[in-house]
Amino acid sequence: MTAFDLADAQGTAQALVSLRAVGKTFPSGLVALADYDLDVRAGETLTLLGPSGCGKSTVLRLIAGLADPTAGSIDWRTPRIENNIGFVFQDATLLPWASVFDNVFLPLRLAGLSRQAATARVNEALAHVGLLEFSRALPRELSGGMRMRCAIARALVTRPALIMMDEPFAALDEVTRFKLNDDLLTLKRRLGATIVFVTHSVFEAAYLSTRIVVMSRRAGRIIDDIGIDPELARDDDYRTSKSFADICRRGSLALRVAIEEATP
Amino acid sequence: MIHKRQSIQWRDIGVPFGVFLATLALWEGLVRWKNIPPYILPAPSVILATLIQDRELLFSSLLVTLGVTFEAFVIATVCGVALALLIAQSKWLERALLPFAIALQVTPVIAIAPLLLVYLQPGNAVLVCAFLVAFFPILSNTSLGLASVDFGLRDLFDLYHASPWQKLIYLRLPSALPQFLTGLRIGGGLALVGAIVAELAAGASGQGTGLAYRIVEAGFRLDIPRMFAALALISLSGLAIYGALAALSHVLLRGWHESARAQDA
Repeated sequence: MTAFDLADAQGTAQALVSLRAVGKTFPSGLVALADYDLDVRAGETLTLLGPSGCGKSTVLRLIAGLADPTAGSIDWRTPRIENNIGFVFQDATLLPWASVFDNVFLPLRLAGLSRQAATARVNEALAHVGLLEFSRALPRELSGGMRMRCAIARALVTRPALIMMDEPFAALDEVTRFKLNDDLLTLKRRLGATIVFVTHSVFEAAYLSTRIVVMSRRAGRIIDDIGIDPELARDDDYRTSKSFADICRRGSLALRVAIEEATP
Repeated sequence: MIHKRQSIQWRDIGVPFGVFLATLALWEGLVRWKNIPPYILPAPSVILATLIQDRELLFSSLLVTLGVTFEAFVIATVCGVALALLIAQSKWLERALLPFAIALQVTPVIAIAPLLLVYLQPGNAVLVCAFLVAFFPILSNTSLGLASVDFGLRDLFDLYHASPWQKLIYLRLPSALPQFLTGLRIGGGLALVGAIVAELAAGASGQGTGLAYRIVEAGFRLDIPRMFAALALISLSGLAIYGALAALSHVLLRGWHESARAQDA
């Protein structure tokens, strides 16, 4: 199956959340999104790709309930999913005064769990990201990559069905980024959560995703919706394969259109 | 690493202490060389001798002043934090209460002290003056800290549907801690200043037992060495208060806040 005919094949999967004719206009009058439609399907890794200011992060914030749409509707398959979303921000966004354990414990603490009751789940999440032996460290004692792992563990600890990731690896060096990309794919295989990922990088999108939505700066207009075979092995061979090159080429072309649309 | 740590401690303590000793030596030498009489400028050795000779009187006055300072500082801390929390809850409360706090801050305490001495017992008047000057820095710094929470962390707490109480306990109070401690450092020193200023006003009216009263009393008698001795005790008290609060700040912020990390560097 090629990259070009998969979108239709995946279109039949049931949507966890559907955005219909969603608009977001800020009080300043800036229109971030207009008449925006998107289905996030169960089990997919959906990447939103586009130039700065195209509304990618706004889509994540709207889905996560961190902002309200000014038009349209956001429909959830079940409220249970809506109330348990994991979110990894662009910065690790850790409590600087709290240990790695306490940072990962935070969502469970806010849900009313005691430290004793939560310990096993926190340790499980830390083990998933390889930070178990650093549970007592403070965030400043960690490298940038480790801080981001901690943020991922925090997003996983509530066992969400949907995880939003807003350019989580943008500030990291390429070696760390590649490693975290692989770790994310391993986690995805192990936990099976649906992921909505935002990035500027076509290559990262092509490596991680089962679907790429390329957005224009013109109020979030969708330029292309690229499906990628989920069965493709994601490894070093894939990075140099023709399939990968094809997806990158198609993503790059769509991104160029998006950027040209954005230029006055 | 240990070697570096030791050299940092030597630099931090040794350099200011050395400069202080050198200044005292210069002062002593100048007074002796120029034969300056003690009623114009007493030498440090004379001030030290006066401190020893009048120790009972001066230290009992010091305890009175420090007692007022401490009491005022504690009340200012409790009231400053309580009002900052109230203000943080609503803009309406901020608009209603902040002008009063600012009015109290910008009115010089030396102008308020005589009025307070008319209405209150001298001890209470001194306490209120010290409270008034220490209160505002604690209020304004704590308010600033409570309002300066990182936007990403706010989003995080919203994502997990944190209650206002959970946001306060787990996010806003720890976030405000560095600014609160800055307010304490400023307020601690100002509580002493307020107590001294009010004691000066009380002392001028013939009432009082604190260190500032001893300065006024010694001034009337032209006992300049005792004035300097009392002044030295006030300065040392101010340094001790600042040092203790800076140490507290360092202990609480060590490991995570830039201000404490900068001191470690």
